[in-house]
Amino acid sequence: MMDAVARPAETETNLAAIAADAAGEYAVGRPTVYVYEAPVRICHWVNAFAIVVLMVTGYLIGTPLPTVEGEASGSFVMGYVRFAHFAAGQVLAVFFLARILWAFVGNHHSRQIFYIPVHRKQFWKEVLHEIRWYAFLEREPKMYVGHNPLAQTAMFTGFTLFVTFMIVTGFALYSEGEGIDSWQHKAFGWVFSIWPNSQDVHTWHHLGMWALVMFVMVHVYAAIREDIMSRQSIISSMISGERQFRE
Amino acid sequence: MGATTETFYSVIRRQGITRRSFHKFCSLTATSLGLGPLASARIANALETKPRTPVIWMHGLECTCCSESFIRSAHPLVKDVVLSMISLDYDDTIMAAAGQQAEEILEETRAKYKGQYILAVEGNPPLNEGGMFCIDGGKPFVEKLKVMAEDAMAIIAWGACASWGCVQAAKPNPTQATPIDKVITNKPIIKVPGCPPIAEVMTGVVTFITTFGKLPELDRQGRPKMFYSQRIHDKCYRRPHFDAGQFVEEWDDEAARKGYCLYKMGCKGPTTYNACSTVRWNGGVSFPIQSGHGCIGCSEDGFWDKGSFYDRLTTIKQFGIERNADQVGMVAAGTVGAAVAAHAAVTAVKRLATKRDDANAKQDH
Repeated sequence: MMDAVARPAETETNLAAIAADAAGEYAVGRPTVYVYEAPVRICHWVNAFAIVVLMVTGYLIGTPLPTVEGEASGSFVMGYVRFAHFAAGQVLAVFFLARILWAFVGNHHSRQIFYIPVHRKQFWKEVLHEIRWYAFLEREPKMYVGHNPLAQTAMFTGFTLFVTFMIVTGFALYSEGEGIDSWQHKAFGWVFSIWPNSQDVHTWHHLGMWALVMFVMVHVYAAIREDIMSRQSIISSMISGERQFRE
Repeated sequence: MGATTETFYSVIRRQGITRRSFHKFCSLTATSLGLGPLASARIANALETKPRTPVIWMHGLECTCCSESFIRSAHPLVKDVVLSMISLDYDDTIMAAAGQQAEEILEETRAKYKGQYILAVEGNPPLNEGGMFCIDGGKPFVEKLKVMAEDAMAIIAWGACASWGCVQAAKPNPTQATPIDKVITNKPIIKVPGCPPIAEVMTGVVTFITTFGKLPELDRQGRPKMFYSQRIHDKCYRRPHFDAGQFVEEWDDEAARKGYCLYKMGCKGPTTYNACSTVRWNGGVSFPIQSGHGCIGCSEDGFWDKGSFYDRLTTIKQFGIERNADQVGMVAAGTVGAAVAAHAAVTAVKRLATKRDDANAKQDH
């Protein structure tokens, strides 16, 4: 599962197979592996978009825009902000669920963000190596087809766990408006057994948002940095699905 | 007391209330409880045939605001109806008997109506120092509560004190004041929170229990669904201003005069389950938001410990400082942002240095 690619073996054969063009120049053949299947990529971008919408609208629900003038019937500012939040929340929930289902049928990379192989010593050794790499203590990065062990740990906690928490608390809060007999309350009302006062659920939902803000910052930074420093494609991989190794 | 066969109907007839008025009361009660048109006849039938339910009303650590609210009920009128409907055998605040006589009534009711009486508790027992912070009749209140709860049919936890703990349980809670459901665990308990609860809600609950001989349908928190299934916010008459995005920004601004939404002034309506925005107070005259002040969430768990009544976001004290979730989040996100920027800068410098080294190494060859 670790997919450590020290130095792809097929590099030379690939190069040899490419013929010179009219100008006598060779295209550079680079070893590529198909990592992210289409459903994984679609879920990634839909969820990313939904999360951004949720963060902006969520913040505006907690700290609303300045008062609107005129008749109450003439505007629906808070209503639209809340609608966008609820709509994006349901989109996120559906695509997150779809992503979980895909983990059962997709390739083994699609399962990576849903677990941490805590029992494997080698995994933690490689996590340590990654930490050292980010602390500028390692000169050469290791290459991985999927997520590196540190990234896998971050994805599992920062994305899978946090988003689950936000979906659960989000639906619980949504159920307050939908009513005590709604399916949302039946499915997520247990949250209020943990925090009987929904004010506390609001507070945790806010904190969860900020945790996701931090995850997004680190996630985007790490993707850009690794794209440059680890000499393997990261960002374009989430569009094409293919991971390219440059050497 | 003692008249086991005496019904509510016979009592009010003796008081000169006509049969017509009795039926009016039954329909009004059925309506206020949100029951269907047939319920009126069922209520009338029950009140004509069932013996009056004995009620023991006990007071722990409390301020008597629940009693004050209760005796001001307009529909049904507590004076004429509720006190006739139930047989209020013991209530140390308003009863005539005192001392030994009063305590005897407790024992008598307990023996005579074993498993049939309702125990209404206002306030809560403090558990610290063996319950010594609330002595009632020479004994810690918690002991009296446990004894009387033993043989009760059901327990009504009046107000925020009995339901959640309220001000005496607010941090640091020196007397370890504890809500009823944490002390009595083997009896059905109905929570009627609020500081105080609405008078009509209180009498409505009593009417339901005495009429049907069972507790009304409760929600997850043990509150009667008929009064606590919706938030103040859901039925607030200022809700259109909320949806439109029209808020009071500070006290006495133009928006406040126009009666806009008090959300930004820390109104707890969106997180508070109660019937204030429908039943209202003082016989339906008004309720806090109608009077221009936000809801303080008095019927919610731990409402004293959530920071200012005038802040939208709850104060978090876990970090040794008083901040809300967004302030904590912004500092944390800012720190991560700075760390990312610093890391990127070091990366860039390192990379340049490495490149120069590589270039130098090449030149050396």
